[in-house]
Amino acid sequence: MTTVLSARNLTVRRGQRTILDDVSITLDGGGLTALIGANGAGKSTLLHCLAGLLKPDAGEVSLDGKPLALWKDRELAKARAFVPQNPRCDWPISVERLVALGLTPVLPAFGGFSAEMTARVGKVMADCDLTGHRDQPAPTLSGGELSRAMLARALVGDPAVLIVDEPTTGLDPRHALDTMGRLKALGGEGRLIIAAVHDLTLAARHADRLIALSGGRVVAHGSIGEVLTPELVFQVFGVHARITATEDGPLVDLLTRT
Amino acid sequence: MKRSLVLTIALLTVLAIAFLASLMAGRVWLSPVTLWQGVVTPGDQLSDLILFGLRLPRAVLAILIGGALGLSGAALQGLTRNPLAEPSLLGVAGGASLGAVIAIYFGLAGVFAFAPPVMGLIGALAAGAITFAVGRGGGTLTLILAGVAVSALTGSGVALALNFAPSPYAAFEITVWLLGSLSDRTWDHVILAGPFIAVGCALLLGAGRALDALSLGEDQARSLGVNLDRSRLLVLLGVGLAVGAATSVAGAIGFIGLVAPHLVRPFVGHQPSRTLIPSALVGSTLLLTADVATRAIYTSSEIRLGVLTSLIGLPFFFWLVIRMKRTSP
Repeated sequence: MTTVLSARNLTVRRGQRTILDDVSITLDGGGLTALIGANGAGKSTLLHCLAGLLKPDAGEVSLDGKPLALWKDRELAKARAFVPQNPRCDWPISVERLVALGLTPVLPAFGGFSAEMTARVGKVMADCDLTGHRDQPAPTLSGGELSRAMLARALVGDPAVLIVDEPTTGLDPRHALDTMGRLKALGGEGRLIIAAVHDLTLAARHADRLIALSGGRVVAHGSIGEVLTPELVFQVFGVHARITATEDGPLVDLLTRT
Repeated sequence: MKRSLVLTIALLTVLAIAFLASLMAGRVWLSPVTLWQGVVTPGDQLSDLILFGLRLPRAVLAILIGGALGLSGAALQGLTRNPLAEPSLLGVAGGASLGAVIAIYFGLAGVFAFAPPVMGLIGALAAGAITFAVGRGGGTLTLILAGVAVSALTGSGVALALNFAPSPYAAFEITVWLLGSLSDRTWDHVILAGPFIAVGCALLLGAGRALDALSLGEDQARSLGVNLDRSRLLVLLGVGLAVGAATSVAGAIGFIGLVAPHLVRPFVGHQPSRTLIPSALVGSTLLLTADVATRAIYTSSEIRLGVLTSLIGLPFFFWLVIRMKRTSP
């Protein structure tokens, strides 16, 4: 059964400003969808609504046909994972414990971890190259390591849907490439992944689909090949671009000409 | 989990030693032999009366109150993700103080010996209710600010009572009550405060998972299925009952709730849920020790519990400053 995440007529207002204006999108099946938009276009707000963490002023979000408002907190937590922008850990707990927090929805109120849960944590850490850091306190991790740890935390619960807000911001090229590669592989496994990204070439080379937001409205939604055009880039960012097909995938060149 | 067990056993052992010391110490020192005889063959000797009528309820109360303060401090530091949070943050301790002070001010304490604790409890619950009513639905910071406002309110109420005290003796009685004491507490105090402390602590222990998830911030905690409103209410109610009852019976006792979680954290990997029970045990031990010290240190008039717990705070804050200087760039 394929997972379907759909938003219908989402509207979010903050004071006088309309952040999201009648946004309707449907994501079904696995794969990585990149969400692009200028700063303030409403990407984070949209992701929060899709994750069920923000109640829209109008419209609703449904997962597998059931409105999010009707999902029980724990059931929703098991079905979808959310990683915010600049995630941080407020206590110097070890990486292993941080990743294990992803199992919160399935943990009993009291008691320790079962052997099976410990094994799951170990496997996810190995998948994300964190085994060497298992006992290291979270605040001592580098940006790339913390990003992998937060992703591992999101994945340990084996969610069908993964919503990530700017996973590559602040990462050096190698770690940014690494993260997008992981997200693409997860999409290939059949998970529904939506990630807000700023780097258009990274988005073009790793994502299957693209959603573009501008001024709170969806201005494009479709496969990369179809919708990623210089016209779209100009509409969304106000910047000229040249998109070249290379053997490694599309290359989006941002141009400084006026 | 083995490390947790070792830690708990170690803390229980230290607590047991402090408990025994508490039973022995006082104007009439009871030797361990006397204690043993009192337990094995209870009779009507003076030592038995002292043991069962004074020392035992006092020690039990110290364990309950110290545990309530330690646990509340740990829960609040976990909820606010701030290592400087302490039990008086939600205004409940202030409410208890004001209630007890009002009882003393209007001479009710002379008429009915339990007037201060009972009115203290009423004051604590009223203050907690105001904090909740004002701060609800606005997030953790709003709740804390509401608590600070209520603390300010009760603080000014106490200051007002001192200002307009009917006699110097009344002012002295109020001040001395505020400094905290466990002397002359009986089983009736245990029966009065015990159930509230027990229920409050049970509620706080139930918040453990939520506190862990909150390490990742409110967004990620909510995405993990934690209901933040319910968690805040749980902590507010738990702290209100536990600290409200504790303060209404023993007066204002500071620093235990602040210091206990810090002492525990390095041994439990800084994980909030694992600081809860150990903080309670450390809080009980600290308060028992301070209470023994009030009896062991010979002074002309009774040295008050609150004075000694403040002295716990002194080295703690100096240590914190030194550590901060060392780790900051």
